[in-house]
Amino acid sequence: MTTQEIDENMAASPEAVEKCVREALPQFGVEPEDITRDATFEDLDVDSLDLAELSQVIEEEFGVALKGEDVAKIKTVGEAVDLVVSRS
Amino acid sequence: MPQGAALVTGASSGIGAAIAAALAQGGWNVGINHLNDEAGAHATLEAVKAAGTEGIVLQGNVLDPALDLFTPLEERFGAVGCVVNNAGITADGLAIQMSAEDWDRVIATNLTAAFRLTQQAVRRMARQRHGRVVNIASIVGQRANAGQANYAAAKAGLIGMTKTVAVEVARRGVTVNAVAPGFIDTAMAREHMERALEHVPARRAGKPEEVAAAVRFLASDDAAYITGTTLFVDGGMSA
Repeated sequence: MTTQEIDENMAASPEAVEKCVREALPQFGVEPEDITRDATFEDLDVDSLDLAELSQVIEEEFGVALKGEDVAKIKTVGEAVDLVVSRS
Repeated sequence: MPQGAALVTGASSGIGAAIAAALAQGGWNVGINHLNDEAGAHATLEAVKAAGTEGIVLQGNVLDPALDLFTPLEERFGAVGCVVNNAGITADGLAIQMSAEDWDRVIATNLTAAFRLTQQAVRRMARQRHGRVVNIASIVGQRANAGQANYAAAKAGLIGMTKTVAVEVARRGVTVNAVAPGFIDTAMAREHMERALEHVPARRAGKPEEVAAAVRFLASDDAAYITGTTLFVDGGMSA
C-alpha cells in the first residue's frame, strides 16, 4: 500500500473501527441496540457471508485486508474491532 | 427491467457476440470484452445498439489478475448487474501427448480467470443484493470428448465452481448458473463438427443465438429462483 492510499483511508482508531462496525451490522439485520463489544456474531445471527461483506467494508474504510482464516477466528464484535486496529 | 449493466467476456465473435446482442435485446447495456479483435468487438457493439441499448468495448486479457472490467462499466452505466464468463480457448491433444503449457493455459483462461471475475462480481452483487453470473461451460464438462482433457477439466471445474458460489451468495439475491453448449456452429467448434453431429440427437449444430437465449433467460428477473444449475443447450446430447 502506498502512503497516499493510507492517507485516503480513515485512521483505524478503536473508536473509528467500532463506529464503522456498528454502522455496517444493521445491513445484515442486526438490531443496533444488540451491538456490544461482547456480543458474539453467532448471537447476532451474523453469518460467514455477512462477515465477508463486513471485511470488504473495513478494507475500504481502513485499508486493512482480513483473510478468511482471520475472520473465522473472530467470535465477538470487540475481537473484530481489536483485530482491525492491530492490523492497521 | 435489468438493473445496471451486463459484462460479457470474449464478446467479439461467436457465442460471446450473440450473448451480448441477446442481453441488449433483454434491455441490458453491455460491456463487450475482447482480447485482440477490435473489429469484431465493434461489430458486437453495433448489434447491441441495433437492439436498442448502449455498450462499450473493453479490451483486456482475462488472464491478467489486474484487469478491471468493472470500473469503466460502472462509470458509464452504474452498477454491474450481470456478468457472463464466456472467454475461452482450446488447445487440444491426446492426454498422453498434451504439453504442460497447453494444460495450464486452458485451465488458466477457462477456469481460473472465470473464477476471478466471478469473485469480483459477487463481491459487488452481494452488497447490491442482486446480481446474475452466468458461466459458459460446455457439454465436454460432463461428457467425454477425446483430445480435450484440459478443456473438459476446466469446464467441469467451472460447473463445480458455479454450484458452490451459487450456494454461498443465494441469500443475497445473486444467482450463479452455467450454460453448457453442445456443438455450436462457431469457428472454435467447426473442426470437430462433422464427426460430432452423429452424437447429437437433434442431428444439427446449435446456433450461437440459441445459447445466447438461454443466457438472456438466466440473466432475467424471471430466473430469480434458478441458481447453481447448468442449462445444457446441446440438441439432446447430454440426455
